[in-house]
Amino acid sequence: MFEVVAQGQGPLFMDPDADKAREFFRQKARALKGKVMSVKEAVGKYVHDGDYLGIGGFGANRIPTAVCHEIVRQKRKNLIFAGHTSTHDFQILSAGEVFNRCDIAYIIGLEARGLSPNARRYMESGKVEGCEWTNYGMALRFKAAAMGVSFLPGRNMMGTDTFKYSAAKVVKCPFTGKLFCLYPALWPDVAAIHVHEADIYGNCRLRGISIADLELARASKRLIITCERLVHNDAIRNDPTQTVIPYYLADAVCEVPYGSYPGNMPYEYFSDEEHLRLWMQSEEDSEKFKKFLDQYVYWTKDFNEYLDLCGGLHRINELRAQEHLIQNKNDKE
Amino acid sequence: MAEYNTMELMIVVAARNLENGKTVGVGTGAPCAAAMLAQKTHAPDLVIMFEAGGISPQLPTMPISVGDSRTFYRAVMASGMCEIMETCQRGMVDYTFLGGAQIDMYGNLNSTVIGDWKKPKVRFPGSGGANDFASFCWRVMVITPQDARRFVEKVSFITSPGYLDGPGAREKAGLPANTGPHKVITNMAVMGYDEKTRRMRVESIHQGFAFEEVQKNCGFPLLKAEKIVTTPAPTADELRILRTEVDPKRYIIGR
Repeated sequence: MFEVVAQGQGPLFMDPDADKAREFFRQKARALKGKVMSVKEAVGKYVHDGDYLGIGGFGANRIPTAVCHEIVRQKRKNLIFAGHTSTHDFQILSAGEVFNRCDIAYIIGLEARGLSPNARRYMESGKVEGCEWTNYGMALRFKAAAMGVSFLPGRNMMGTDTFKYSAAKVVKCPFTGKLFCLYPALWPDVAAIHVHEADIYGNCRLRGISIADLELARASKRLIITCERLVHNDAIRNDPTQTVIPYYLADAVCEVPYGSYPGNMPYEYFSDEEHLRLWMQSEEDSEKFKKFLDQYVYWTKDFNEYLDLCGGLHRINELRAQEHLIQNKNDKE
Repeated sequence: MAEYNTMELMIVVAARNLENGKTVGVGTGAPCAAAMLAQKTHAPDLVIMFEAGGISPQLPTMPISVGDSRTFYRAVMASGMCEIMETCQRGMVDYTFLGGAQIDMYGNLNSTVIGDWKKPKVRFPGSGGANDFASFCWRVMVITPQDARRFVEKVSFITSPGYLDGPGAREKAGLPANTGPHKVITNMAVMGYDEKTRRMRVESIHQGFAFEEVQKNCGFPLLKAEKIVTTPAPTADELRILRTEVDPKRYIIGR
């Protein structure tokens, strides 16, 4: 037995029992069948009130924006959110007030862009119950779940208030007697991840950094994939080295070109800093923000309508040039 | 003597504290500018790492996010968070730069809340990867303005560990041995930590400032190094590279 020497007082929102998770995964479908559907259908089918939700990417980089919008549009309630490396995704979900519990590693901020006024108001309102973690701590929780074990050790968080308000435990190592922080496994009910390419079954490829998405994909009980483009299964089979998420993890595959907008999509388009600034500015006044949300989220039917409102392909072309460091299309490089 | 602003001075001083052939975990803003400047001056083989997965990029421009595509532009590897943090935990990352709303005399940092955690006056983003870097990296540096509201007797919340409550506290809590705060670089001075007490001490003061001013802008008593030197001013070369190659659009140095 491990000797527990310290214990965080924060709430553990999800059961870390590996056998219960195995029972779920025993039932999960493995059939090779087409899973292509609209984002509306995917969210309707796989995101339920009260679910624990994880969002892939890094805040405003390779995020499934369309799924975040749709969760708000369909007015999901009482979700538990994995506030891990979350920035613009957190901003969208806070705007809809769709969650009332949150595992907190990084929230509210948009990195160098500043703090989201509305997300901050929401977190200061007392409407959300929180539990503190760190970005790596949350990645470890997903990794433990992906491995099918109930915890993993780390050497972080110890001695701090972050630990005190977490649900982690510090134990004595049975081999060395040194102290380690144990992170309970986290199996989200549902996660959404945006990738470059997927086939109709959900075999996925992505380019660039993976952040914690490979762990998150394997930890989640249900998985919604949005992709820049669908590719034929032959493309996957001709080069299986590139597959990072196998099809049996995915429940839905939605083709959403430019689906990380206004976030960055590596090798495709850069983030739209002007539009992200518009979000921040609109949030300063709650009446103004309500109108903004109506216009851009509630009254848009789908992601394509949102893109059109933001300048459509014209704007995307500019962001493509930015991503590829093309400053002047007529200049010699 | 070359003219320079406060931000330029802090970035130059931070860059000089990075050694060639070492590894550094950085965020966006001043730390990233400092690492880029070090690479373009005395430390061409400095390895820059970003928590989201970028390893040793040849940064073409200043990143906006620690996960944007610049952070792995012409990198040696586009990895993930576990790869980066486990490299730190394994003991292979020498330096990191962190920030926060508050710092105390032991270098503990707060980026979580001001006031009571349950009913905060102000809520901030939380740890992000800061606690992880602060726990694992050998030496932690902070770039921040010298201000008594930031340098406080007691932080509202210890988000990321400094020396906690003094000598031996990190090891006792279970953090990896021989890690911890290294330097604090402000607009007035460079502080290090006294080896016996683990308390912050002034080591060098920038031109135009005196110890009394540094102390006046700090909410706790500062110790003095045996010999306090005057921080050497940025050279013309350092300023030129910073202005023309590192941050030509003045995203950071224009602040």
